[in-house]
Amino acid sequence: MKILVLVKEVPDAAVEKTIGADGRIDRSGEKTLNPSDTNALEAAVQLKEAGADVSEIVAVTVGPDSASRSLQGAVSRGADRSIHLSDAGLAGSDVVATGYALAELVKRENPELVLLGQQSDDAGCYAVGSVVGQFLGQPALSQVSKLELSGTTLTLERQAEYGYDTLEVTLPAVISVSDSANEPRYPSLKAIMGAKKKPVEKLDLAGAGIDAGKVGTAGSGVECKDFQAPAAKAAGTIITDEDTAATVEQIVAWLDSRKLV
Amino acid sequence: MSSTPPPSSQQAGGRFGLTEEQDDIARMVRAFADDEIAPHAIDWDEREHFPREVLVQAAGLGLGAIYTREEHGGSGMSRMDAALIFEALATGCPTVSAHLSIHNMATWMVDAFGSDELRARYIPRLAAMNLLGAYCLTEPGAGSDASSLQARATYDAAADEYVLSGVKQFISGAGAAGMYVVMARTGEPGSGPRGITAFVVDDGTPGLSFGKHERKMGWRAQPTAQLLLDDVRVPAANRLGDEGTGFRIAMAGLDGGRINIGACSLGGAQSALEKSVQYTREREQFGAPIAELQSVQFTLADMATDLEAARALLWRAAAALDAGHPSKTRLCAMAKRTATDLGFDIADRALQLHGGYGYLTEYGIEKLVRDLRVHRILEGTNEVMRLIVARDPLGTGA
Repeated sequence: MKILVLVKEVPDAAVEKTIGADGRIDRSGEKTLNPSDTNALEAAVQLKEAGADVSEIVAVTVGPDSASRSLQGAVSRGADRSIHLSDAGLAGSDVVATGYALAELVKRENPELVLLGQQSDDAGCYAVGSVVGQFLGQPALSQVSKLELSGTTLTLERQAEYGYDTLEVTLPAVISVSDSANEPRYPSLKAIMGAKKKPVEKLDLAGAGIDAGKVGTAGSGVECKDFQAPAAKAAGTIITDEDTAATVEQIVAWLDSRKLV
Repeated sequence: MSSTPPPSSQQAGGRFGLTEEQDDIARMVRAFADDEIAPHAIDWDEREHFPREVLVQAAGLGLGAIYTREEHGGSGMSRMDAALIFEALATGCPTVSAHLSIHNMATWMVDAFGSDELRARYIPRLAAMNLLGAYCLTEPGAGSDASSLQARATYDAAADEYVLSGVKQFISGAGAAGMYVVMARTGEPGSGPRGITAFVVDDGTPGLSFGKHERKMGWRAQPTAQLLLDDVRVPAANRLGDEGTGFRIAMAGLDGGRINIGACSLGGAQSALEKSVQYTREREQFGAPIAELQSVQFTLADMATDLEAARALLWRAAAALDAGHPSKTRLCAMAKRTATDLGFDIADRALQLHGGYGYLTEYGIEKLVRDLRVHRILEGTNEVMRLIVARDPLGTGA
């Protein structure tokens, strides 16, 4: 079976994020492979290592030419080859437009399983997996923290408010992997050096057969007007534990004053 | 995984000779150091714990035989790659990184000078680090004057073995390593550098033992002791190169060893600088963060500038070593002296910026000062580095 892993290049977590006058995130600084996508790649590799009949793991990204660095990063983490859709017409795509473009790329490959990180470090919508599933007409499940494959049946655990849901889904399906699913391994020196030698298919919108009217600013229903930083939180109270009985009293009094006990 | 960009990309951005792959390697190793080494470094130092399990984990990523040929499991990388790796690892703990660098130097010696049979026998295990390598040149009476070493190796033709006797001093990894690259005299006493031969000696060989575990100022996360050789019989097949070539092998290893130890100083200094930037932004005195004081800003600026200058020279020397440039030994000596002196000085200034807190173990700064101090002494003292440069100050080869 073939597994597609959808990945994204995002601003590095150490870079302070700013939003430009055009309402888009400033992506000029240091960039990295979206951390959550490394969990999806690790999940794909683990399925293969657990004995599933995985013929191929393919990393797929939609993003500017510079995203090829992160795509290579995905290959060094276990993908056999990669697909990169890059086109000026994609700029300004919202979640639905991006999901549409990704779904079109998935259709070209027709994999049994699509995996992706459950959220991106920049926009953090947690929604791309569901949108891709909708366009493909396939089941889409998010917050998945455990995957086991038996034939074409995938048994999953999902985080829920009250614990875990255990679900079964028949492939094909789109699965958004949680960052608690696994501990992604570090790519080895050999894997990093070998990543550039693995095949990469570079596509533009026309080459991928994607309707340019359904992506980019024109194809997006969301229009960003303005952004406001959340209000700063009031400073907390620090209680130094010098006398434990007094400390406990202080904490209880604090909770009591807020009617929490 | 942590996402802190490594110094090599953050400050060089691939514009000073780093390839995308080198940048990716530095990032990967920095993430490894941030997650697997840095959180434990103070504890290992306090308990004098040698983190063998972390070394094995690093070996799984290809760090056990970085610049060893790929044929027997080496990673086939350059000295420049290795410099990036040891710097990134040393941000977590200079001692662990330096120990890995010594293992890599011993592994490279087997690869570069050993017979095919010896390479096939040792390198796969050294690369996986289920066998650790150590390097034994120094003796109680032969430090900077290394070619005066007195350990004896006598050839026994009937057994086709050498019989080794003598004492090796300051051996990093003594007792923990599985193989020791030992320099011993096969020539007459007083035969100088041409009378020295290199051998691979297995741990557990009868007659091989170790002195007491040395207590020391820094580098406490790895064991140091004497190596004692008492009629240790070593098969002739375990000789590295020909008789009489041992000193040349030792010196060839040290060119790269000096790059490695300089890189470890850069990593320690990078960590000291990062901690200082964070601390001075948080620490308030006279009603404002001390980072707003010009004297503090100037100190940080000088630390950052010195670090970049040392890094630039180290990269240049590593590139010369990779290219086999005639000036490589001179440049490696310059880079080692500069990186280890400035690295120590940066850590010391970081301690001053931290005030009394820098003197406390918990902040990790005093450990950096202690660890980086010895880098000015080992792999050739910084005075010996000046001797090497003084032989050819103009770099004309004349």
